[in-house]
Amino acid sequence: MVRVGGRRRYRYGVPVIQLCDVVALLGRFPALAGASLSVEAGETVLLQGPNGAGKTTLLRLCAGLVRPESGQAQVLGHDLSVDGRPVRRQVAMLGHATGLYEDLSVAENVSFWAQAAGLDKSLAAQRATGALGRMGLDERLLSLPVSRLSAGQRRRASLAALAVRRPQLWLLDEPHAGLDQTGRNVVDELISDAVAAGATVLVASHELERVRSLNPRVVTVAGGLIVKDTGGPK
Amino acid sequence: MKSLLSEAWLVASKDLRIEARSRVLTNQVAPFAVLVLVLFGFALDADQRTLRMFAPGLFWVAVLLCLLLAVQRSSAVESADDAATGLRMAGLAPAAVFLGKSAAIFVQLLVLELLLTAGIIVFYGSSVKNLFLWLIAGLVTALAVATTGMLYGALASGLGVRETLLPILLLPVLAPVLIGATRAYDDALGAAAVDGWAWTGLLAMFAVVASTLGALAYGALVED
Repeated sequence: MVRVGGRRRYRYGVPVIQLCDVVALLGRFPALAGASLSVEAGETVLLQGPNGAGKTTLLRLCAGLVRPESGQAQVLGHDLSVDGRPVRRQVAMLGHATGLYEDLSVAENVSFWAQAAGLDKSLAAQRATGALGRMGLDERLLSLPVSRLSAGQRRRASLAALAVRRPQLWLLDEPHAGLDQTGRNVVDELISDAVAAGATVLVASHELERVRSLNPRVVTVAGGLIVKDTGGPK
Repeated sequence: MKSLLSEAWLVASKDLRIEARSRVLTNQVAPFAVLVLVLFGFALDADQRTLRMFAPGLFWVAVLLCLLLAVQRSSAVESADDAATGLRMAGLAPAAVFLGKSAAIFVQLLVLELLLTAGIIVFYGSSVKNLFLWLIAGLVTALAVATTGMLYGALASGLGVRETLLPILLLPVLAPVLIGATRAYDDALGAAAVDGWAWTGLLAMFAVVASTLGALAYGALVED
């Protein structure tokens, strides 16, 4: 582990996610039924599998949002069975929802999430402008309330709100959903840049060809188990 | 402590900015509050002397009804596009989120209290006899109901039946506050000869307990 800009960064090859026989429940249903997975820093992992296989629960578990019922689960050195909260600030999770406030402008939303992650106001505004530009959002859109954006534009704004945090671990659930071709390319660039900067990326997607172009390790999830793993970075 | 307060301020200012933009308070809750006062007047079908006597109680019942709207709105803002998960992921202290969101509701209630005071003066012919007691009792009651409302809003939200269950959970708990605040305003508005300051002291204790309990319990309530 090294320190970059005052923050801990994991060296390539160091385990970032270590799951061993993890069971996680959604209500009484075991969404993960003994999943084991080890992911090292700098890896890009594609999670594939049918609907209801447990991909989203696996991502939420790694984000510290779902507590393991049994088994061992460590993410970024933190034991998730004890407390998932210390993990969260170092992780960016893109789910099916965008997590944006409809009545605030795009710039205000991104700036708020940057400040919520601990950045001071001026740095938050600076990073927000950079991230929104990088996501290809037109400058005229930044002062508009989120309620007036299209679904694709909201998705991009949501990704910008995550990017400002410069997380060590990206957990992306169908990141290409609702995006046009340009937006999809932007997402691919974001993933490539994150990995180049030493971050680890897990992507759950049904758009296999699209994600495979990023040359990921492919993990197949079915019935709450890891049933196939190409095993390590290609 | 500084971090907790700055995080709470961040959440409160965000919620207040959202309310300023959406204008739900000014366009929906405030007219509702005034309407409640007018309807009470119709329902009692009384002369101004009777209305003046009941004004403190009617005032606080109107505040509690508006509180239900404010708490539901506060929860809806976070659940609309799952921003609640974003708050959890941002690593904000749960106590800071609780205090920030309670502070935003508190400010909205103060605005409504001002409006309702104007309402009972205009519609019921009430007058403020003890301005300082009116101010302090209004502040501590707003704090007590805002923090309790936020706590029970989180509890009802966790149970997944927010809209219907919140009034059933919250209003019985706030019954002592309603009694205390009514007695305090009986004194402040000169409606009855009671010791308003003693009741205000009890309200202040309730506000401190609700704020502390809420800040400590909120994290457990919003976790899965």
